[in-house]
Amino acid sequence: MKRFILQRLGLSVITVFLVCVIVFFLTRILPGDVARQYLGRGATEEDLIEFRRVFGLDQSLFSQLFTWIGHLLQGDMGESMQYRGPVSDLLLPAIGYSSKLAGVAFFIIVPFSIAGGVVAAMNRGKRVDRFITVGGLSAAVIPEFVWAIILVLLFGVTFQVFPVSAFPEEGARSLLNQIWHLVLPSISLLLVLFGYVARITRAGVIEALDSDYMRTAVLKGLTRRKAVVKHVLRNALLPTIAVIASQIPYLIGGLIAVEIVFNYPGFGTILKGAVDARDYSVLQAGVIISSLVIVSFQLIADILFALLNPRIRQKISE
Amino acid sequence: MNETTPSTIAQKSNLERKIIRRERLSLIAKNKTFLVGAAILSFWIILAIFGNFIAPRGASDQDFEYVSVSPQWKFWFGTDANGQDVLSRVILGTRLIVVMAFTATALGTILGTALGLATGYFKGKFDMVIMRLVEAVSAIPVLIIALLAIAALEGRSPTLTVIVIGFVFTPNIGRTVRAAVLGESELEYVAAARLRTERTRHILFREILPNVLPPIIVEFTVRLGYAIFAIATLSFLGAGVEYGSPNWGSQIAENWGNIYSNIWWPTAFPALAIASLAVSVNLISDSLLEIFEL
Amino acid sequence: MSDTPALEFRNLEVAYTVRGIDREVLRNVSFSIAPGEAYGLVGESGCGKSTAAFAAMRYLPRNGKITGGSILFEGSDIVGMSSQDINNLRHSAISMVYQNPATALNPTIRIGDQVAEVFELQGLSKSDAYAHVEQALIKVQIADPAKVMRRYAHQLSGGMAQRVVIAMALASNPRLLVMDEPTTGLDATVEAEVLDLVRQLRKESGTAVLFISHNLGVIRHMCDRVGVLYAGALVEQGATEDIFSNPSHPYTVGLLRCIPRGGLHKNTDRLDTIPGTPPALGTHFDGCVFADRCALVEDKCRTTQPEMVTVGNSHVARCFHTDKAGSMPRAIDTVTVRVGQNPNRATTGTRLLDIDHLSKAFNQDGHVVHVVNDVSLQVGVGETLGLVGESGAGKTTIAKLILGLYGSDSGSHVVLDGKDLAGTLNKRDVKDVGAMQIVFQNPDQALNRRHSVTRIVGRAVQKLRGMSADDSTERAHELLSGMRVEATLHSARPVQLSGGLKQRVAISRAFAGAPQLVVCDEPTSALDVSVQATILNLLVDLQKQDGTSFIFISHDLGVVRYISDKIAVLYLGRVVEFGDSNRVFQGPHHPYTEALLSSVPNIDGSIRRRIPLTGVIPSPSNPPSGCVLHPRCPRMAGSGVEHLCTSIEPALTEVEPGHFMRCHIPLDQLRTVQTQ
Repeated sequence: MKRFILQRLGLSVITVFLVCVIVFFLTRILPGDVARQYLGRGATEEDLIEFRRVFGLDQSLFSQLFTWIGHLLQGDMGESMQYRGPVSDLLLPAIGYSSKLAGVAFFIIVPFSIAGGVVAAMNRGKRVDRFITVGGLSAAVIPEFVWAIILVLLFGVTFQVFPVSAFPEEGARSLLNQIWHLVLPSISLLLVLFGYVARITRAGVIEALDSDYMRTAVLKGLTRRKAVVKHVLRNALLPTIAVIASQIPYLIGGLIAVEIVFNYPGFGTILKGAVDARDYSVLQAGVIISSLVIVSFQLIADILFALLNPRIRQKISE
Repeated sequence: MNETTPSTIAQKSNLERKIIRRERLSLIAKNKTFLVGAAILSFWIILAIFGNFIAPRGASDQDFEYVSVSPQWKFWFGTDANGQDVLSRVILGTRLIVVMAFTATALGTILGTALGLATGYFKGKFDMVIMRLVEAVSAIPVLIIALLAIAALEGRSPTLTVIVIGFVFTPNIGRTVRAAVLGESELEYVAAARLRTERTRHILFREILPNVLPPIIVEFTVRLGYAIFAIATLSFLGAGVEYGSPNWGSQIAENWGNIYSNIWWPTAFPALAIASLAVSVNLISDSLLEIFEL
Repeated sequence: MSDTPALEFRNLEVAYTVRGIDREVLRNVSFSIAPGEAYGLVGESGCGKSTAAFAAMRYLPRNGKITGGSILFEGSDIVGMSSQDINNLRHSAISMVYQNPATALNPTIRIGDQVAEVFELQGLSKSDAYAHVEQALIKVQIADPAKVMRRYAHQLSGGMAQRVVIAMALASNPRLLVMDEPTTGLDATVEAEVLDLVRQLRKESGTAVLFISHNLGVIRHMCDRVGVLYAGALVEQGATEDIFSNPSHPYTVGLLRCIPRGGLHKNTDRLDTIPGTPPALGTHFDGCVFADRCALVEDKCRTTQPEMVTVGNSHVARCFHTDKAGSMPRAIDTVTVRVGQNPNRATTGTRLLDIDHLSKAFNQDGHVVHVVNDVSLQVGVGETLGLVGESGAGKTTIAKLILGLYGSDSGSHVVLDGKDLAGTLNKRDVKDVGAMQIVFQNPDQALNRRHSVTRIVGRAVQKLRGMSADDSTERAHELLSGMRVEATLHSARPVQLSGGLKQRVAISRAFAGAPQLVVCDEPTSALDVSVQATILNLLVDLQKQDGTSFIFISHDLGVVRYISDKIAVLYLGRVVEFGDSNRVFQGPHHPYTEALLSSVPNIDGSIRRRIPLTGVIPSPSNPPSGCVLHPRCPRMAGSGVEHLCTSIEPALTEVEPGHFMRCHIPLDQLRTVQTQ
């Protein structure tokens, strides 16, 4: 088992490394001179040289890559091009905020989607099923920012149920109040992520319901409900773990638009600012961090899956 | 043998065979989800083609006497803070997003199919390396990679956005195609083809591809929905957008702050447009998924 | 013992709703099973036997419904029962065992817990239940119950899994056991063991059994009375002896005639066939369900449904012509097709294919697995070599190695007509590739679903014979028509054809290049018995006309015996016996062959003394030392050569002219021991 975990860990490290390479080259290799792009038309030659020196752009691509990774491993994310201060000062607090939002969202999304999938599967073909399946997937293709704006319009402006900013004012920052402010943004994310997870859960439950072993359970004399609880759920929920992990990238991506609409000083807002200002240091660091998060979740999901699936668990311990 | 479904149809004449094919198509045509989706999409496609003739005003026409007026007879969708007619801008923005979405998806599908065919059939080290790369790319949120690429390329052009999205879609589509190809290449008709000295090109394109077309078509429609999603979001965030174009996303970006002053119309109508276009495509892909039982 | 039957179907009608239309699946079926009796329901695909089984458990699929009649269990009608009552019956009185034991068990719950569930349903506490589970597993002859209880489903072999399922079914002490194809898909020796187990358990507990199978030999072996189902109607019913010795319905007669029994051989006897194919599930009939395929059909057969006619003591048949059934005219089809003479064709009997020291090792998860070990065989011109063996024998791998689909290990030689062929396919001449072809088991996977039949065959002709596209198409039409595929179907896609037709297309394709040798890998295993006979006849005809050689792979010993001139018996990737088909079947045999032959239930009712093989087939990645059969060999003990068997692998030696065996025990000793 230990070997399996180490193996997976190794693969994850390779993936993160590849991400670093891709991101790095994306910003360096593509046409355009970084320094000129950043400093604009009015830059003098000296400014350009100075800029390049500070940000190591005058070295070869490979040495830039390795210096950068070397710094990263020490926790140094470099210097922001727009603020000339450490990137970490910019990103770390923002990540803290985004984690809260993502956390709240995650704890709403997972139970809802799984429950939705199970309900749809148990009522296969009926109206509830079609509503959840078709409705869920339709909601998923509507961008988060559209949902965010609709929610703000409905529940923030027209019917003033929820606050329209995700960030509570000074003095009112109790935990409960913070969570309350995060409800609307979380729902924006929920609406987009619900559909696919519910659908895959539904498929897993249906496959289990239609399986031979379910038939055996019923023919043994178990009532349908007992059979479902004992036999179906644990088999059906295995694919759900995988699909939830696959949705983390979309959760992170969705943060950007949602944070903007709800005025939340999170990771997404910083990233958007960096895009506008062409601040490559911040951008690179930001992308790496999000990839780290995603890869970690995938690793956890893989390990969980292996633990819960006897076939794989047994293969590993051989 | 499983006896809960009718077994294979016995000998049939030509006429009866035609009936079977028609049945499949009629299944599609009768599907309510498909019909609703197709109807809405057709509406938008018509607008995309004929928008220039239908819109009452130009995209940049400004009327300073009617700034931020609510929907009324003169301006069905009202005007925005620049005195521009929201209705016209919504109509004129259709072509842009429809064309961009289709092109980006088509690009991703073609590249993804090529990738899937190659990795699914040849497997081995080539497959492993490519799959590692695909996994790495999947570890970066689509939106972020698109933003990064567009920022790096100083993106102000829709063409760039299309190319970036097409490339970003390729790995995921490739994965789906690869899975289908892996399944097919195990089947004996591929071995039978080798046993009559068929070359690889023939096997990939004449034997395997026709059998993986259904999932590819369905994947295309699914991705189309996401392309609309991505393009709208990117334009909202200001990436890949030309100044002043009647882009739905940037319309919302310019105007959404005003919803606090109850000026909802310049934001709501483009938002509804995005929603209905995306949902229509999604309904079509849902119904196809159902029919092909994927 | 009461008089109330354990199970009774009274005029039962079942229908499935497909796309809004009700399709009749069981038509007016009536039979009864006395307490303790074993009743067999036999039929081909689409006859409704599985539906009957599930109806007895009142477990119909979502779109199934009972449209008429009743099902009585010990006198009470279960059709109208509440679900609570049905559940009670299921865990106390009626149990079911069906095909594919591996999927019948939950993959994520341990075996012990699953079996214990049955006991817990009866009200036992968890610890009591576990004790009972151990007992139940011992009763089904599982040697180490505690170990098995901790395992998961995927860790059990097919036979072991089926025993567990049987243990679960018997745990509730049912008065009726429904078994739906319980041994289909299991290896022959494993099947024999499971059937033996069932018979013994029946004797001990006196349970009534509803046994469903398409295999007439198994039915004869296991059941007291038999019912023959065709297209959802019970066409004949009676005591097993009566049905097999005096079949009185044309379908039963035809069915029994088209099975290759022991003693029949292609050189002297041609198989009967039943023209046409079994109707699709749910077809509607005004008259007799069998009218379309019956040799005795008259007008009234098509318009009126015949009643059940008493033919003997509790022997009934649903036909107007029960008296004439036994002497029905034989339906023997002849197929005419000129495949095309190969000008270099040697005379019959001379050596065509030489396989020397064929070996193949695969790399699985880091282990080296020798799937094929030093196999040497010969096939003559116009001859059929039968390859038999159970799972792990390597039969399909050998076929693929010969054809070049896999590359063989060094030292292997495949010599066709004197020419040493390249190891892999892409290095071979077009002519050589066309000279050796294959017919696969599953025509659904072997034919490209998106191509028309003409294209499938035409393309093969084009590539293998170098003809132009137009000429190839014409030749394709010729081949197809010659194999009795009607011209109207030539532009059809495979999905629109029945199994038998698809296989004919596959055969046409194999013959597109005028091959000298065709490998047939279980070509009829997926087909109904009545269709199988036509395909076998077709292959025999092709061999007679063109002197084509075959390598015929099958697990069905009856079919192999009928069609082969020579037979090779394989075990764990090695040839253990090889010789004339007569010699191999009559004996003296290799101990493995002996055990294999004794495990097949004969259709003529003769009981072979069962020579059981202990244990399970070892994994090819970890073969036993010495002779690979030695841990299981029934003849090793007392043979005097045990020390050799456990340490040295015997070589394949010629023990009689033309008869080879891989065994340390001398031939005469085997002869003596096996004829006792």
